[in-house]
Amino acid sequence: MNWASFYAVISGVNRHSTGIGRIWLSVLFIFRILVLVVAAESVWGDEKAGFTCNTQQPGCNSVCYDQFFPISHIRLWALQLILVSTPALLVAMHVAHRRHIDKKLLKLSGRGSPKDLEQIKNQKFKITGGLWWTYMISLVFRILFEAAFMYIFYMIYPGYKMFRLVKCDSYPCPNTVDCFVSRPTEKTIFTVFMLAVSGVCILLNVAEVFYLVGRACSRHLQNPEDSPMGAWITQKLCSY
Amino acid sequence: MGWGELYTQLGGVNKHSTSLGKIWLSVLFIFRITILVLAAESVWGDEQSDFTCNTQQPGCKNVCYDHFFPVSHIRLWCLQLIVVSTPALLVAMHVTYRKREARRNIIRARGDKVQEDLESLRNRKLSITGTLWWTYTSSLFFRLIFEGGFMYILYYIYGFRMPRLVKCEQWPCPNKVDCFISRPTEKTIFTIFMVASSAICMVLNVAELSYLIIKALMRCSQRAQKRRANHRRDFGNLPMVQAMVQNETNKMLLSSMDDSSRVKIL
Repeated sequence: MNWASFYAVISGVNRHSTGIGRIWLSVLFIFRILVLVVAAESVWGDEKAGFTCNTQQPGCNSVCYDQFFPISHIRLWALQLILVSTPALLVAMHVAHRRHIDKKLLKLSGRGSPKDLEQIKNQKFKITGGLWWTYMISLVFRILFEAAFMYIFYMIYPGYKMFRLVKCDSYPCPNTVDCFVSRPTEKTIFTVFMLAVSGVCILLNVAEVFYLVGRACSRHLQNPEDSPMGAWITQKLCSY
Repeated sequence: MGWGELYTQLGGVNKHSTSLGKIWLSVLFIFRITILVLAAESVWGDEQSDFTCNTQQPGCKNVCYDHFFPVSHIRLWCLQLIVVSTPALLVAMHVTYRKREARRNIIRARGDKVQEDLESLRNRKLSITGTLWWTYTSSLFFRLIFEGGFMYILYYIYGFRMPRLVKCEQWPCPNKVDCFISRPTEKTIFTIFMVASSAICMVLNVAELSYLIIKALMRCSQRAQKRRANHRRDFGNLPMVQAMVQNETNKMLLSSMDDSSRVKIL
């Protein structure tokens, strides 16, 4: 299992997303996963080997590294990307469930020809009814996970800047020891980049939420006879 | 996820590009991405481990490396290639949108799914006219800006030559310390190669932009000529002209008839 197979799994959801959802998915893959894999991983690759402390005390290097970097940026981002992409699978599961029901109904009605079954497999579902709620829930979870990880990031590494020097006084380091971080400027650049793209993704998700809510409202208002909610809204608007 | 997936995404755009666009895409993949992955990454692979400073002061090497190499060349080129490839995806999105609209129209017009029509729609190449022309030219324009921007950033930070020796006096290095860069000549060669490929790509983009603009202007002038020709034809067939001619004839007839009738009465 690697990012490529993950990409294959998630891009299957693409068919049932809105336009904004597809843009979000492209931003996720190109500006986050691809940048992480081809660029950021090599910047953080030698973070422990290049972490040097001004001491010959054995063990001090490891202890200080562990104190200042409880979890590496790369691992945090990898977890963030996996968790943030997973709600999209809810939508995929719902679509698969609907297809399964349709196939069963078709077979029961006696029209289970391979061509009809093939048609069901390729059918694109509209985001209405139960699927609308699933989609909205997945969007809300996406936003929550992104925000949670940005908060965790802020708690562990306050500020976006990576310091050149950290002063460490954990046992077994003698007194206070200067420790130097490898490639701090490059790490700062990539941290800012990843945070910025994360912010863009949150905005896209919020925009998609508003778009879906707006579309649902306009659908209800246009066909008030189909839904009691629409008739109620129309009546309220007329009374103002 | 790697360059392969980006290649798949962009390869789809290839069908709707002009010939210059296809050449640009090939130059991008063969001379830039492949060279980056197969060659440049191993040249810069040991850039920090082999960066040696003439001191035993712990931390001096790290600090000097960070001072002289804020962003590695390899990362800059990776970001450049990703950012420069992205505008092409705008075109891909626009094409998909147009095809979806056309598909909806076909289904609405025919009433049922006509498989052959839809299949031909999927494989059809759309001509670069109308709003697609604007999307395509904006994507070319953005490509140019991003390429130029990244070349300027590379020049600003490093210039195009890699020196063998840098003199560092950052804390905690004692006084001034000589630091030696690993493989400077090989890095200079690859830097020049990547900058040259970048320049070729910019030239191709400019050529493609000019080609599209000239084609659009020619199309506009052809349409204007056709409109003028139609207007002249319509004007020649106006019944009003015929009526005027008829009036003149009648007047002449009347005037000649008056003379003869005068003679008769008299």
